[in-house]
Amino acid sequence: MKPEDIKVCVLRIEGTNCEDEMAEAFRMVGATPEKVHLKQLAKLSPSDTRRNLEDYDILALPGGFSAGDYVRAGAIFAARIKAAVGHEIKAFDESDKPMLGVCNGFQVLVELGLLPAIETTMTSVPTAALYNNDSGRFECRPTLLRNDNRRNCTFTSDIPRKKVLMFPSAHGEGKLMSMDADFVWKLEDNDQIVFRYTGEDGEEPEYPWNPNGSVSDIAGICNSSGNVLGLMPHPERAMTRFTHPDWTRGYDTEEGDGRAVFTSVINNLLG
Amino acid sequence: MAAVEIRIELKKGVADPEGGNTKKTLESLGFLGVKSVRSVKVFEMELEMDPEAARVAADDMCRKLLANPVIQNYSITVR
Repeated sequence: MKPEDIKVCVLRIEGTNCEDEMAEAFRMVGATPEKVHLKQLAKLSPSDTRRNLEDYDILALPGGFSAGDYVRAGAIFAARIKAAVGHEIKAFDESDKPMLGVCNGFQVLVELGLLPAIETTMTSVPTAALYNNDSGRFECRPTLLRNDNRRNCTFTSDIPRKKVLMFPSAHGEGKLMSMDADFVWKLEDNDQIVFRYTGEDGEEPEYPWNPNGSVSDIAGICNSSGNVLGLMPHPERAMTRFTHPDWTRGYDTEEGDGRAVFTSVINNLLG
Repeated sequence: MAAVEIRIELKKGVADPEGGNTKKTLESLGFLGVKSVRSVKVFEMELEMDPEAARVAADDMCRKLLANPVIQNYSITVR
């Protein structure tokens, strides 16, 4: 298998954005992305445009916004996915195919019950929530993320443990919450915590370094089998050094910090 | 026909930044004695069914879309 044989479905509906950046990120690491509207998967589009989810190797949910983010961020996108291709999504997950949700995509994965999915593959109701930032406003700023995963997640295997990366964040509802008192402990135990916000020089991420007040400073989690990653910050917006805020002030890495998320999953699929 | 009102509110203990910010802003405008402000969301709908069926349908709607059970409670009024 060659990288270009890996087909990526970048899913969109009315009012999604960032699908261009998401598709471009996968193209930059050699894969073959396609922006697919949910109606194409639901067979509600002209017959020559219809697609099957099972024909793809990776599913990527972009973010942004979707459907005006009415009701709750991601809730409508998730409900529409469930109605249109619920069984296909479940099968995709059960065959351990990688799924990536960024920002709104993370919110959709949580609303779909694909994350955190602590004890099962996919829950019928959400078991966590991404709710309004503690600041009560949209937070758009660079964030430092530490890779806290112990190799469970298929999207971070190329990133050394404890390495700190900078991805931009841009969201109003990114505070990960659960009513389960043992939530963080269970995630930790299952190696489901992928990225945590960190402060400068590894300090505690006081606001705004933790931009939303997320529990245990969690920025991204994977499911227990490691094939589904959701994170609030945007790796697809950090593919080149030029989008790093310090690219003229000492950031001299040739590639953007976000690229490793995409190379990891591609390398894992190539085996 | 049933007129249904669905009220979605945050569970006790869930921070409500919208309510908190509104309270702060009201105080900055000089409103005194604002003890608390909570934000809630209300959906009003007309359902073409009898009240009993409407209540069942509304409950299903809440579970499948309108509320996230992790952080939100809902209440349904049928008229």
